[in-house]
Amino acid sequence: MNVIEFDHVTIRLGGRGVLVDASFAIAQGEFIGVLGPNGAGKTTLMRAIVGLVRPSGGAIHVFDRAPRRGDPVIGYVPQLRTVMPDLRVRGFDFIASSVRGERWGIPVLSNLDRKAIEGKLADAGARELAERPLSDMSGGERQRLLLAQALLGEPRLLLLDEPLISLDYRYQEEIIDLVRRFARERNITVLFSAHELNQLIGALDRVLYLGNGQAALGTVGEVVTGPVLSRLYGARIDVVRADGHIFVLSRGRDVERCDHLHDHAHDHHHHHV
Amino acid sequence: MFEYDFMRSAFVAAGLAAVVSGMVGYFLVLRGQTFAGHALGHIGFAGATGAVLVGLAPVWGLVGFTLAAGIGMGVLGERISGRDVAVGAVLALALGFGLLFLHYYTAFATEATALLFGNVLAVAPGTIAALAVLSAVTLASLAAIMRPLIFASLQPELAEAKGVPLRFVSTAFLAVVALAVSESAQIVGVLLVFSLTVGPPATAQRLVTGLWSGLILAAALAVAEAWIGIGAAYYTDWPVSFCISVLSAAGYLVALIVGSGMPRSSRHTIDRATEGRPLQP
Repeated sequence: MNVIEFDHVTIRLGGRGVLVDASFAIAQGEFIGVLGPNGAGKTTLMRAIVGLVRPSGGAIHVFDRAPRRGDPVIGYVPQLRTVMPDLRVRGFDFIASSVRGERWGIPVLSNLDRKAIEGKLADAGARELAERPLSDMSGGERQRLLLAQALLGEPRLLLLDEPLISLDYRYQEEIIDLVRRFARERNITVLFSAHELNQLIGALDRVLYLGNGQAALGTVGEVVTGPVLSRLYGARIDVVRADGHIFVLSRGRDVERCDHLHDHAHDHHHHHV
Repeated sequence: MFEYDFMRSAFVAAGLAAVVSGMVGYFLVLRGQTFAGHALGHIGFAGATGAVLVGLAPVWGLVGFTLAAGIGMGVLGERISGRDVAVGAVLALALGFGLLFLHYYTAFATEATALLFGNVLAVAPGTIAALAVLSAVTLASLAAIMRPLIFASLQPELAEAKGVPLRFVSTAFLAVVALAVSESAQIVGVLLVFSLTVGPPATAQRLVTGLWSGLILAAALAVAEAWIGIGAAYYTDWPVSFCISVLSAAGYLVALIVGSGMPRSSRHTIDRATEGRPLQP
């Protein structure tokens, strides 16, 4: 059964076609690495799957339904844009805010809710974060906390938007291992967007490469090739394989690495493709 | 001091305003919107003076103007309520209008001082009933939106994905803030609104990290500061608002010192790459 189906989908944001007539399907239990240059629509794709962005053409199906906000089968971890470095709220209460957070009235947690939160924190190896305020947590610890939260509703689809951003390599590996373990144990489908392909290679089943309004889904061998990426980047791209690593080069420069640096220096909303 | 009616009234009025200010202020501090809350007080001043000019009781101008401005800020959304410059400009404009209204109604000058700096010792018994109703309405409204408000304040993107109407929640919250500010302004005055809506909640957030414990501590601190301030004013003959503002600032200062003196829990795992740097890509 397909978890996500894009059927000739076109998504426009501010007049620009982020996706144009894109079709692909993702099956249950797949670990998909979502890659592509800045502004290629990785975040938009996830927002479309959770029902925050409507396609202007074509149809999206998530578990054979049109996407709708608040679907409990989807665990979503948006990009940590606003980290709120001063947020002096403990990890447990931070997660608890998402439990039926869309309902009106005073928030009350049942014992069952508390047990569930404690259980997921333990699963994510984040039990000691329950009592610590977010202001005292490192980036890796915050991601762990968010992962624990995303697992709360026993989701069957996990959307992780750039969870590795500004983590150093050791913590990146930890997060990838954690997600892969969860996904395997529970047969969860994962969409994991990232800047760099190499770290994800060991974990992913297929890649979804976005760029130039197009989407290419397939194995690394099928998609990460000069011709396919040249089409997606709209420029001549060479793919060099060496020592188990893949380098995506444009005129001899490593595209992914340059993107990454660029992304640190600028705001989130990149408009170039 | 409790043998005097005006002192008893002062304690009741200040207690009501403090509970509301402490609780509403907690969310104001959590959302980083304290400046917007401050601006609402100044807009209320213009409203109050304007109301007097057209022959209405100042309290209606105060409530009406702050409420309209709060809803306005909420509807305009991030473009206004999160922007310091826009809030600052509106704040100055409101004060300017307040001055203009005063200019045309000079007899109002003493009342204007009361509005700006508060006069809790002159609270009439009739005002207390109105204050109690206003408090009940404010807290009930806050309770009604509390769950999505917390979710939207802590994790706006996820809250939106889960179906929280962000714009509506933030507008409703600013309307609640407007009510709380109007109330607080009558006790400590517009210029000292910060004393009760920001000081105690900020202090509470330095001391505890639980949401409920923070909320309750904020209200308790606000009440304590208001009451001790009134008591101190009674014995020293200093203005009440001065005493309350000193207590509020002192409380925050002490919390900062106590907070930094505590071991920063177990920060054994710090990834150097992100340390001291925002996670913003």
